[in-house]
Amino acid sequence: MTPRKLLLAFCLLLCAQLAHAGPKIERWQTPAGTRVLFVEDHSLPIIDLQLDFAAGAAREPVGREGVAGLTRSLIDLGAAGMDETEIASRLADLGARLSGGVDLDRTSLTLRTLSMADKRAPAFELLRAIIAAPTFPAAAFEREKARSLAALRESLTRPDVIASKAFWAAMYPAHPYGRQATPESLAALLRDDVLAFHATHYGARSATIAIVGDLSRAEAEALAERLSSGLPAPAAVADLPLPQLPAGGEERIAHPAAQSHLLIGMPALKRGDPDFFPLAVGNYSLGGGGFVSRLVKEVRDKRGLAYSVHSYFLPLQQPGPFQIGLQTRRGQAAEALQVTRATLAEFLAHGPSETELLAAKQNLVGSFPLRLDSNRKILENVAMIAFYDLPLDYLDRYPENIERVTAAEIQAAFARRLPAAHLVTVVVAGD
Amino acid sequence: MPMRYAPPIALLLALTTAAAAWANPHERQLANGLRVIVKEDRRAPTVAHMVWYRAGSMDEISGRTGVAHVLEHMMFKGTPTAGPGEFNRRVAAAGGRDNAFTSRDYTAYFQQVPKLKLPEMMQLEADRMRHLSLDEKEFAQEIRVVMEERRLRTEDQPQALLYEKLNAVAFQVHPYRVPIIGWMTDLQSMTVSDARAWYDDWYAPNNAYLVVVGDVDHQEVFRLAEQYYGVLPARTLPVRKPQEEPPQAGIRRLTVKAPADLPVVMMAYKVPVIRDVERDVDPYALEMLAAVLAGHDAARLNRHLVREQRLAVSAGASYDSTARGPGIFHLHGAPSAGRGRGELEAGLRAELARVQEEGVSAEELARAKAQLIASQIYKLDSIFAQAMEIGQLESAGIPYNLNRRLIDKLQEVSREQVQAVARKYFGDEALTVAELDPQPLPANPRPRSPFVPRH
Repeated sequence: MTPRKLLLAFCLLLCAQLAHAGPKIERWQTPAGTRVLFVEDHSLPIIDLQLDFAAGAAREPVGREGVAGLTRSLIDLGAAGMDETEIASRLADLGARLSGGVDLDRTSLTLRTLSMADKRAPAFELLRAIIAAPTFPAAAFEREKARSLAALRESLTRPDVIASKAFWAAMYPAHPYGRQATPESLAALLRDDVLAFHATHYGARSATIAIVGDLSRAEAEALAERLSSGLPAPAAVADLPLPQLPAGGEERIAHPAAQSHLLIGMPALKRGDPDFFPLAVGNYSLGGGGFVSRLVKEVRDKRGLAYSVHSYFLPLQQPGPFQIGLQTRRGQAAEALQVTRATLAEFLAHGPSETELLAAKQNLVGSFPLRLDSNRKILENVAMIAFYDLPLDYLDRYPENIERVTAAEIQAAFARRLPAAHLVTVVVAGD
Repeated sequence: MPMRYAPPIALLLALTTAAAAWANPHERQLANGLRVIVKEDRRAPTVAHMVWYRAGSMDEISGRTGVAHVLEHMMFKGTPTAGPGEFNRRVAAAGGRDNAFTSRDYTAYFQQVPKLKLPEMMQLEADRMRHLSLDEKEFAQEIRVVMEERRLRTEDQPQALLYEKLNAVAFQVHPYRVPIIGWMTDLQSMTVSDARAWYDDWYAPNNAYLVVVGDVDHQEVFRLAEQYYGVLPARTLPVRKPQEEPPQAGIRRLTVKAPADLPVVMMAYKVPVIRDVERDVDPYALEMLAAVLAGHDAARLNRHLVREQRLAVSAGASYDSTARGPGIFHLHGAPSAGRGRGELEAGLRAELARVQEEGVSAEELARAKAQLIASQIYKLDSIFAQAMEIGQLESAGIPYNLNRRLIDKLQEVSREQVQAVARKYFGDEALTVAELDPQPLPANPRPRSPFVPRH
């Protein structure tokens, strides 16, 4: 063994003894007003960085649906005198990977780079150029718009996408979460719409930066300041409105698929809400715990009605949905729907058994180390804490917050969050 | 908490030199033939435990396609000591995650658990290696679930359907012609005794290997493996027939019609895979060719066909140099609106012709190699990915400890070698072209019911 390898082995041994608590998260704000969360970890020569903007699809102006995704896909296609080929080639030369995307609340840029100075410095300078001086070339705009249109038109032939779009529209009939890109809204977009969206929503004060990996606090501070100082400083944007509960009901959409796609749900939970813990523990028993959940037992194991059946809460800036989803062979949709509704109703009426509650806690607490056993997973968690401004001890306290949930609290939280009269059902190819 | 160790470059060297002096991973073979491979990684207090069986869909015979995957489902349906659902329940109670996957080459089962739970996982996994109940009633239920899986993943997925039919045409003799999930008609006629026969044939310690990666001591893992798996007897395995695919003697074409909007072209060229890590050259050059064509956003196919010519909305290439069976180099893409499938095929062929005639640049090749090194380091961030790498290499008959040699060999690939493989393997004789011909959804005067309030 060479001395270097000995040293590495020694480090791996030491790290093992120190790795039990949640990661130590440091927080500060850059002069430009960007919040930063940082986890220092030198066990691998890797740095992961995520930059999140409050520039999700829910921020799209009415009639401009699709602009958030298009802006994100264009941002690294021209910057600071570089064209798209130069940017992508330089990233590849460094072995750096730029990824990310757009959801309802967030636009993300995630950079993974090696930590050696000759790799990370140019990689971070590329990222800075991309966020500080994107050029949104007109030719790339037209091309990416056409590609987005082709992808959207293709997706609109798929039963799962058709079901999902109808489901969100029904759950959020008068809220930005329910508005979605259509071929018409995409086709109408102009480059100016992209420029305006970028100028309004990619600002330093709405941004958060999460950094995990092989650099010091001082280096992380300098990096965050360098990145955020190049961002625009637009006027503050109003908070998203609170969604109203939808009128419950059922929508059926014809389709030639071999399987029916079923979705049931309603707006239910926002990030940071204390009901998160009873709902998370309860949902584990209902449909979140995979093969040990009631929905899988009833729909899949006992009746062979589906390959996949699940339920989850998706907490967002404003109340995000509770959702049950499954697919079943054409002609079985009525039976599957009946079994699913009965399972949900039974759970709402009585909550979990003591055995189920114990099993849920055992898994959710016991699996906690698995949520944090890589830099990538730590980054995802820390970026979420940063963006939604959750307490810094969120991860440290997660196990105890799960442990203290009672069956009565679960039942009360489900009753509070899921008044059955407002449940929305969508069935595609259900005849 | 933060700990400094040697400069990061030390790790790079450890990864890229051939020096196998560093003993991690560790290996031992039990008397019953089970090989145990342990990689210690103490970054987090978790462990990945995997059992890989050298039996995949390529070992199936006609009329019983899909049985490898069906058995994978049945492995969760209980033994005399742990009844139906008990396996999942105990893994969940241990704070673990578990699943399994069936491929053409192997079937593998894994659990990711906090490290203290490893013995319990071994006990459960060893139990079902020999004592599966294979109850008829459970089978009747589960085969319906598998048919739902086929509908979900293949029948209603036009591009998956296209890929399935492409393989069925590109291969006529080798069992790679068959989809892993099986043909629907075979699933419909499958019985529990088919599953039983498969289990009895292949689920034996001498046809399996164990991969454990995480916060463990390898000696302790060897001891546990002996305790739980060591008691299972070795068994005689069936003879594997070679079923070699004869040389293709001319282009093959097929079309699939399915509800979709986007046309798709897939081209499959027959190419070699690694059989001798030291002596082979071409598979490494083919890996580099794939990287030059499609390894990043500015790689040739995306740059030329999507960005410059606007011939395609997407274009890519893929090649896997490790497999038990024959190799395929894929080119694929979807044409832009107003451009035909034939035009895209011509565009893809033109990119191959350019490499054949002009080769690749030193810059392009260096870029592909830089990405390769980085991805090897990034892999170290995931315990699961490290276990998968070991398991997949072994499944293809490549000893896991030659992984560093593979990286060396890839680094050694020259421009001339890339050009040589482009010239050698990409003729029409060994080509199959599959096209997705999209069909509009049936016109329906009232495709939607009005939204009906239920209350």
